[in-house]
This record gives sequence, structure tokens and C-alpha cells, in this order.
Amino acid sequence: MDHLDKLEAQSVYIFREAYREFKNLVMLWSIGKDSTVLLWLARKAFFGHVPMPMLHIDTHYKIPEMIEYRDRLAREWRLNIVYGENREALEKKDTYPDGACDRIACCRRLKTEALKHTLSGEWPRYRFDHALGRYVRDANRERYTGVIVGVRADEEGSRSKERYFSPRDRENDWDVGDQPPELWNQFKTDFAPGTHVRIHPLLDWTELNIWEYIDRENISLVSLYFDQGRHVRYRSLGCYPCTKPVASGARTVRDIIAELREGKFANIAERSGREQDKEDGGGLETLRREGYM
Amino acid sequence: MNTATAASAATLTPRGPADVDREKINIVIVGHVDHGKSTVIGRLLADTGSLPEGKLEDVKALCARNAKPFEYAFLLDALKDERNQGITIDSARCFFKTALRDYIVIDAPGHIEFLKNMVTGAARAEAALLVICASEGIRENSKRHGYLVSMLGIRQVVVLVNKMDLVGYDRATYDTLVADYTAFLHTLGVEPLSFIPVSAMEGDNLAAPSGRMPWYQGPTVLEQLDRFEAQEGKRSLPLRFPVQDIYKFTEEGDERRILAGTIETGAIGTGDEVVFFPSGKTSRVRSIEAFNVPSKAAAEAGEAIGVTLETQIYIKPGEIMTKPGERPPRTHSRFKAHVFWMGRSPLIKGKTYKLKLSTARSPVRVADILQVLDATDLSMTHRKQQLDRHDVGEIILETPKPIAFDPAERIEGTGRFVLVDHYEIAGGGIVQQEVEDGTTLLKEHVRGREIAWDRGMIAQVDRRARNRHASKFIVFTGEEQSDVAEFARKLEETLFRDHHQTYYLGLNNMLSGMGSGIQEKISDPSDSIRLLGELARILTDSGLIFITALPGIDDDDLETLSLLNFPAEIVVVAVGSNGFSRYPLDFVIPSGTRFEDGISSVYNLLREKEIVIEYTI
Repeated sequence: MDHLDKLEAQSVYIFREAYREFKNLVMLWSIGKDSTVLLWLARKAFFGHVPMPMLHIDTHYKIPEMIEYRDRLAREWRLNIVYGENREALEKKDTYPDGACDRIACCRRLKTEALKHTLSGEWPRYRFDHALGRYVRDANRERYTGVIVGVRADEEGSRSKERYFSPRDRENDWDVGDQPPELWNQFKTDFAPGTHVRIHPLLDWTELNIWEYIDRENISLVSLYFDQGRHVRYRSLGCYPCTKPVASGARTVRDIIAELREGKFANIAERSGREQDKEDGGGLETLRREGYM
Repeated sequence: MNTATAASAATLTPRGPADVDREKINIVIVGHVDHGKSTVIGRLLADTGSLPEGKLEDVKALCARNAKPFEYAFLLDALKDERNQGITIDSARCFFKTALRDYIVIDAPGHIEFLKNMVTGAARAEAALLVICASEGIRENSKRHGYLVSMLGIRQVVVLVNKMDLVGYDRATYDTLVADYTAFLHTLGVEPLSFIPVSAMEGDNLAAPSGRMPWYQGPTVLEQLDRFEAQEGKRSLPLRFPVQDIYKFTEEGDERRILAGTIETGAIGTGDEVVFFPSGKTSRVRSIEAFNVPSKAAAEAGEAIGVTLETQIYIKPGEIMTKPGERPPRTHSRFKAHVFWMGRSPLIKGKTYKLKLSTARSPVRVADILQVLDATDLSMTHRKQQLDRHDVGEIILETPKPIAFDPAERIEGTGRFVLVDHYEIAGGGIVQQEVEDGTTLLKEHVRGREIAWDRGMIAQVDRRARNRHASKFIVFTGEEQSDVAEFARKLEETLFRDHHQTYYLGLNNMLSGMGSGIQEKISDPSDSIRLLGELARILTDSGLIFITALPGIDDDDLETLSLLNFPAEIVVVAVGSNGFSRYPLDFVIPSGTRFEDGISSVYNLLREKEIVIEYTI
């Protein structure tokens, strides 16, 4: 088994463990490369099936290609896609850059708050109805107790402290200082009512591993990751007011792998194009403690 | 598996094309606080040229400006500060490389409060460095960490006797310490380790051999590290395929019934005969399943796969698939284990916890505490009847019914477990060996229950005379869920029409009814079985013919029901094929039998057994 086989086997094990132990399981899907690999690994774990809903938190500021890609994949693979949003903040335009708020406050409203209330079922969820070909209000309002998230330890400081199974309390808070032990392949799968567990199948993967795997498995991605002729591409995807592309002529997956192996970005953080990180003192810990992905 | 947190692999170590396929090995460094772990790591980073450019010079200049002597430990602090930027420290990871391979060093906190982090880090390591200060000698955590590292299954451990400069590089001091520590490990049954005298501060025997200890002829720390082997060899052990789950995605038009899991040890191929433990059921592998790969005829240790079987046997998650002809796992309900405890409340003799061993989950009771390594006086004591937080000890655990396991020294993956207390993983342990049953928990329980039973005035024979039938507990079982329940309900109806006192109850009524209010319910089906058994005791005592349908239960469930139903007796009727290997069946209704015919045969059986009389009024 090579290093990708080992990473894949561990992720599959984590997926199966989550599916076995959590009744109300959901997978967060951000449309980016990591969560698309996450989706692929789910199909590996369940022999081609994706037996849990995929939740997208729609800030309505996503780069348009992302939403097109989301709905196209939903149709092709007949995925059970659900989205949630912070309708109030969007209607009041309490967002960056329109409203009187900074990037962090905008992230908190459109992502953290929306995620929290969509997970709990307090705010509406919209499910893609394959018969109608459009999103409809989801009748299921039960709290999700297991939330699969595609974070990687190498992305930034606070993510390196995560466990594979990481408990969050009723307020979605993360107690970084007092995390459960993980021994061998035994994770925290028992949880008190009202709390939920974040599950991280990609924790051990690096940015390079993700691209190597996309190449090996021939996974299709949203085109924003590749140079379309203007010598720029996105290295990390987010909302258009706060996401900047990097200078790069990489047009294919292989080009990107070569770029990473050559150390082109060795001293530049993967999320350096994500402006909100900078406002949070370089780490996402403030946001992440409150439940940000 | 590789630890997560190559957090800074990208930024701290220069990465070039040559790194891509280099071997990586996780090592953990442990020891008592202030025995020099950070200095050892700082020195290893510096001497292997693994520091970011200019870092060593920066830290030296900073020390000079503040008029304090340079220490290698400062390097580590500087790196941590950079990476963590004031974020709470969990356990740090560093990276260094030799000509042979890359090392990921997990710096386990020496402070006792971080034991959870220490074991989480160490559980992912393939080798360990244990640091003991030559001048201070063996301290509390030298012992605890030595024990834990061995328990966590790290076979490759080397002890660094550090700060040899403080004892004048004295051989006698070193020899005494080696002898003492070896003796301590012997009391725990741990293999003697190799020792290296070093001074991390002065660089003796770290990267380069020391001229100041000519009496030591062994390898330097780096040489020793390069001699460690990345763990392999699992393929040559007997097959252990713990069944993690069973999938049938019928709604998606997929009729495959797939047993999913990760092969712990050994190898499997299509057509292989297999036997499952603890059930003892056998079958043959029809196919090996995986998504988006060419069809597979074989798979081996480490692979997360699925298998389909030639025959449809009822297997539950948690069973271990093995091959006949290879050494089988042990199947027992009692075993002796080493455990360490991290729970807020102590581990108490007689208390029940949730056991997670490989993919099996079961309630487990602490039947006995044999000895405890006391944290305060560093001795093994036989007096303590509980394990406090951070204690380690040897205990006997008992499950309500047999589970399959291996002694950890034979096969680690199926010999390790955790104990869950109030939603938290509170303890970890390794199985030493099974213990003969003696009186099982259940028998003990039934004896106590019968002694304490508060009886009314009506004798069983009077009820029988009034009802014109005996009381009985009738269990319908078999593979086809709907048929089994239908036969059971039809029998109730027939008996009722004939004026018998009878009552049907399904297992779901246990889960959503009687069992629903129980706090901290352990989500194990055997709990419902126990409730049902207790209920059967009451209902049969009241004179009823009590009927239930339990499709897919196994021998042990039936034995549990039979024991709990005491003193009344149990009748077991199987519908269709059955997977019971031990429990004697009273009657089998062949599959495809019409309901009327099946019920009439069961009725005849009840007459033969004189439960009902020939003609009723």
C-alpha cells in the first residue's frame, strides 16, 4: 500500500465508523477540492453510494461557478443535497462589503450562525428534489448529531489540533484545551443529548495528497482551480469579496502537483487568498471555537 | 497511521521533489518534566540540519542580547510560538530527517494533566524515546510513561539516560539507573529496553558518538532511530477482519449484502472459507468489493474493503472474520487486562462500563482489580479497589456474553480496547489473556434475584389448574424477520381463541417502552434481551404463555433468555433456516410452510410437552 492507499483506508474507516454510530449524520460540502475528495471517499466507503445528506451553507456570495458545479453534481450522482443560509442577514444586507461590518463579522453571520442553526434544524433547510429538479423546503428538522467535515490538519494552526472525532457542546463551542483521547482506532462516538460530534476523515491529508488523489482517481473539479488563460487560479475557494486567486499557469491537476512538489507555495499559506484569516490574527481559532468549519 | 499534524511540515522543513516518496516514521518522546525532552528534540533538529534557515542563529543572538546562556530547548519554544501564535498547546510535532528517512516527533507533554494528549500522540507512534535524567533518576512519570508506552503497543523503545554531563559521565551512575529501571519494567512484565547514555546539552551520543564515555560502545540516538523499523509484518499473521458494518443499499437498487471492514492482519481471497467469532458461523467469500478499482481477487492487512459471502448467514457488526486452519481468536466472557485510567471519576470494581474492542461494543463489568500502580508511592499495590485518574493497573473484565479477542502480544488490533464512562473514553487497555468463567455474572444475578423474590400467596400449581394450561416462554426465531413475527402473533391468536392466557410482545417494545427511561442506556441489543428475559420471568410466573419473536438472535441471546426466565422453561421455535450452532431448538418450521400448518405443528408440540391439554372447553 502506498501513502495514498493508507490515507484512503483510514478515511474510509472513519466514514464507516461515523455511519455506524450516528443516526442523524450529515456531510458538510463546500464544493471545494477537499470536500469533493471527501465525497469521493464516501463513495469508496459505501461502495458507490452516499448514504447521508450533504449540507452546503450558502452565503450567496459564492463564486457562481461553484453553485453551478454543486447542482450539476447533485443531478449526475443523484446526491441528497441540502442547503441552509442566514436569510435575515442577507435580507438586511448585514454583510461584507455592503453592510457596516468587517469580514470576520460577515463570516460569523453567513457561515457560523447559518451553520449552527441549520445543523440544529431551527432555520429552514432546502433539499434538492430530483423529481422536480429544484430545491424545496426540507421536512426533516431533526438536529444533526454527527457532522462530517473535510478539514485538514495542515491547513492552518487551529486545525492541527483537531481530533478525528471532535465533540462540540450545545452552543457549538469547541474546548480546545480538553479534547477526548483517541486511542488506536477508537474515537469518541458517545455523546450527551444536545451535543454533536464533528468528524474529520481528511485530517491526515496534506494539500499535495489531495491533488495526488484527485489525479489518481480522476475526480472532476470545479474549473476555478485551474488557470483559464489569465495566468491565475484559485488555490482555496470561498466567497468572491474575500477570495483572491494566486498567480499560476497550472491548467491541469498534474500541473498543480508539479507546482506543489517544486515548492512554489512552500512559504505561502494555502488559505493566504482568504482575507478573513488575516483579520483573525492569522489563525482561525476565534471563528473555529464558535463553530466555523 | 500517520499523525495528522504535519501542521508545519510545509513551512518548517525544506520540501523538495526528493521528499515525495521518502519513508516517514512517527516517534514519540516521553519522560518526566525537566528531564530534558525539549533539549533532546532541539538538538536532534539542529544536528540533522532540519531547522528553518537562520533559526539557530536567531535564537542564539536572542539569548546573547538577553544575557542568558543558549539552550537547545529554546529552539523548540521558538518554533512552537511561531506556529501556535498564542493558541493553546496540545502536543507539538516537529520534523527532522536523516539520510535514511523523515521523522515526525510527537513531543508528549511531561505534565500529568496532559496525559490524554500524551496517549493520543503516543498511540500513533511506531517508536518511542524515553528520557530519564541521570542526576535525578527514575521519577513518577519515568515509570508511568514506561508502562504506557509499552501498553500502547510501541515495541521499539529506547531509554535515553540524559544529562550525563551532570554526573561527570560516570559509568557506575548509568549502570545503576539501567539496572533499577530494568527491574521496574520486569515487575510490569515489560521487555527490557535498550539504553543510551547521552547529554543532549553537550551533544554526546545524539548525532555523533561521545569521546567522553569510551565505556559505551552502543549506537548513537540517530543510529538507533535509523535501526527502528516502520511497522510491517501484519500480513503474515492469521486473518483478522473485524466486521465494522453490514450494508445493503437496496433502495439504490444495489442487492449486494456487503460486510465492510478493515483487514487488521492477514490476507483474504475470493473462494476462501471463513469462520466468524464469537458466533462460530461459517461461509465462503464470494467477492471482494471496493469502489472505482479493477475487480479484486485478494486483499491484505491495512485495506478497507468489503466482502460478500456465498451463503446468507446472519452476522453482526463486531464479529471477527477469520480463516479455518489459522489460529483462531479467543472467545470468552472474562479476560485479564492492563488498563490506564483517564476518567474524571475513578474506575470502580463492580461497575459496568461500555467496552469498545476492535469493532465490537459490549457492556463490561469490572470483575476484579488485581493490582494498581500507585501514582503517589510508585509501587504496585494489591490493596486498592479502584483506579484513580492517571493510575494504571491490572484488572479482570467480564462481558455479559462471550466476545472474540486476541492477547495483545499476539495481535494488537484485536487485543486493545477502550472503556467508555458517561460518554467519554475514560480508559484504555490491552488484553493479556482469558480467565476461566467460574460463576458468571448472569448466574450470580439470577441466584440473587430468586433469593430476593417477593412472592404472593398463589402457588404455580393453582394457577395452572385455574388456567388449564402451564405457563411457558415461547421464542420464535429465524432469518426472515416478517415470517418469524407473523408466526408468533398467529400462535398468540390461536391460543387466545382457545381460552388460554397468552401474551405476545416484540423486542421493539423493550427499546421504546420499558427500556426508554433508563438513564445512560448502553446502546447494545443485549440490554433489550436482558429486559425481555426479566419480563419473561414475571409473566411466566403469573401463569401466562408468553410469546415473542426475535429474528436473528444468536446462541448467547438464547442462553441469556433461558437463564433469566428461570425457574420457568423456554421453548424455542425456528422459522426457516437458522444459524444456531449450540442452542438446542425445540422445533423447526421449514421455510415456505403455510401459517395454518406451522401453527398446528407448534400446537401439537405444546400438547406433547403438556403445556396445553388435549381438548379445551
